[in-house]
Amino acid sequence: MALTPPRMLPSGDAAITVDFGREISTEANQRVLALDGLLAQHAIAGVRETVPTYRSLLVHYDPEQIGFEALAEQLSALARSHIEAATTAKRRWRIPVCYGGEHGVDLEDAAAMLKITPDDLVARHAGGEYRVAMIGFTPGWSYLSGLDPALAIPRRQAPRLLTPAGTISVGGVQTGVQCLPGPSGWHLLGRTPVRTYHLHRDPVFLLEPGDAVSFVRIDAREFAEQDRAAAHGEIVAELSAS
Amino acid sequence: MSKLLIDNVGPASSVQDAGRHGAQRYGLTPSGAMDRLSLAAANVLVGNDAFAAAIELGPLGASFTARDGAVRLALTGAERPAAIDGCAIGLGESFLLADGETLTLGIARSQVFSYLAIAGGIGGEPMFGSLSVNARAGLGSPYPRPLQAGDAIPAASAAVASERRLDLPKPPDGPIRVVLGPQDDEFGDAVATFLASEWKVSATSDRMGYRLEGPEIRHLHGHNIVSDGTVDGSIQVPGNGQPIVLMPDRGTSGGYPKIATVITADLCRLAQLQPGRPFRFKSVSVDEAQAEYRIIAGLIRALPDRLQDAHHARLDLDALLTANVAGAVTNALDA
Repeated sequence: MALTPPRMLPSGDAAITVDFGREISTEANQRVLALDGLLAQHAIAGVRETVPTYRSLLVHYDPEQIGFEALAEQLSALARSHIEAATTAKRRWRIPVCYGGEHGVDLEDAAAMLKITPDDLVARHAGGEYRVAMIGFTPGWSYLSGLDPALAIPRRQAPRLLTPAGTISVGGVQTGVQCLPGPSGWHLLGRTPVRTYHLHRDPVFLLEPGDAVSFVRIDAREFAEQDRAAAHGEIVAELSAS
Repeated sequence: MSKLLIDNVGPASSVQDAGRHGAQRYGLTPSGAMDRLSLAAANVLVGNDAFAAAIELGPLGASFTARDGAVRLALTGAERPAAIDGCAIGLGESFLLADGETLTLGIARSQVFSYLAIAGGIGGEPMFGSLSVNARAGLGSPYPRPLQAGDAIPAASAAVASERRLDLPKPPDGPIRVVLGPQDDEFGDAVATFLASEWKVSATSDRMGYRLEGPEIRHLHGHNIVSDGTVDGSIQVPGNGQPIVLMPDRGTSGGYPKIATVITADLCRLAQLQPGRPFRFKSVSVDEAQAEYRIIAGLIRALPDRLQDAHHARLDLDALLTANVAGAVTNALDA
């Protein structure tokens, strides 16, 4: 299949947005992550850091070391090379979630909007396999692609100003793992004890863009136990290499 | 080891350096000083690396007392009254704060942020290469939060006064320059409105973003885009059509289209614009913006060469006022 070349858009004088498309699509995200991986292998002088998102790769660079045109040309060449790479996840995570009740205050409303039972919603949400499409906005906030389109519901009219750390939520066709407390307009289905960001643990950040994620239902008692362990720096998610 | 004790400090004051880079892919924002040129000047004045951590002060007043020894300091950035135990000290000069002396800073008269650098830097454990405060992520040293009264900053003891001054070229007064994009094609004719209009920084601005007040900038296809990466200076336009310039505490990604990006060389000037002061934008090419980037990076590297010795006696304001200097002047016509 012929792929459209990405657009090279300036983000000021020290970054390029390599734009693969305007929609949320698995293909665009795979191409973003593939280019990100290639760039990590073929270091280009002057590149400072990269930020993969759903549909674009933001490349921060030092304008004293490389100009826009030269960098855009090298990125285009890399994007044309083996773009079909990196479609399989490097790592698969099983993330425990306590759905509903005080940990998922929107579960019943969300199920009612979808005209299914809360248990059905949990089974279908936990039954899916997701990919970390991007991490952004706040530390460890992991946006997952792969939500069953039948589970998509519009965002809340008014965002909540404060949602708890560890919230697992859905908004539109997206689902995600939030790490720190913060505002959110998504629907809160449950909470995980897993810290995707923990300052006093190695690694500080647990998930990488491109990782695969599935959810395992736990009860409130298990949540409390694992939450204590996680607070002390334990990684309470299970990892299996693919 | 001396300490710089904070007697009082306004909100929006924190320890900042050049920021925390390399973890934006995990959602960790860079933070760092709002006005890096002033940060660099303050550091160079006390013999530090240009981008060592210093105290960034917001527009309100503050006061500090040296404890357990003297400290050598320098103040740059916003113009504001500054005095040690009543004796005025100048901006852009290094000075000694002796053990027990108090440095008092008034409200900023022009601009917004001041930088108080301490010779020897600020001690602490850098995380991701930086001491900058990011309260949300629990990062920053010596405190992972904005500064408050009662805080004590560990500081190297200074023995002798070694007073230096630094004259910086006056920043240009012209428009804030931007490179259009990466989503300027979401705006059509509104790009022309954006460039032709007068803007003001809103009083609700902070280190995350400067909200702008001006004409409504309308989107061609609605105000939602699929989340995309941001940089310092990204100008995003939310649904109400009032642009927000993203500053160092920004989210690393955002879902509003970005009409343009402030060039690196003009970010300091924008950060120092007081709320309500009118300004305009001007579009430049990436090449022009990168030429300006090299100029300002070169200027910062050359700051140590611009240092001059300053032999100044402290001006005792109280003594001057008591002396009634004006009354001693004779009118030539009386003679």
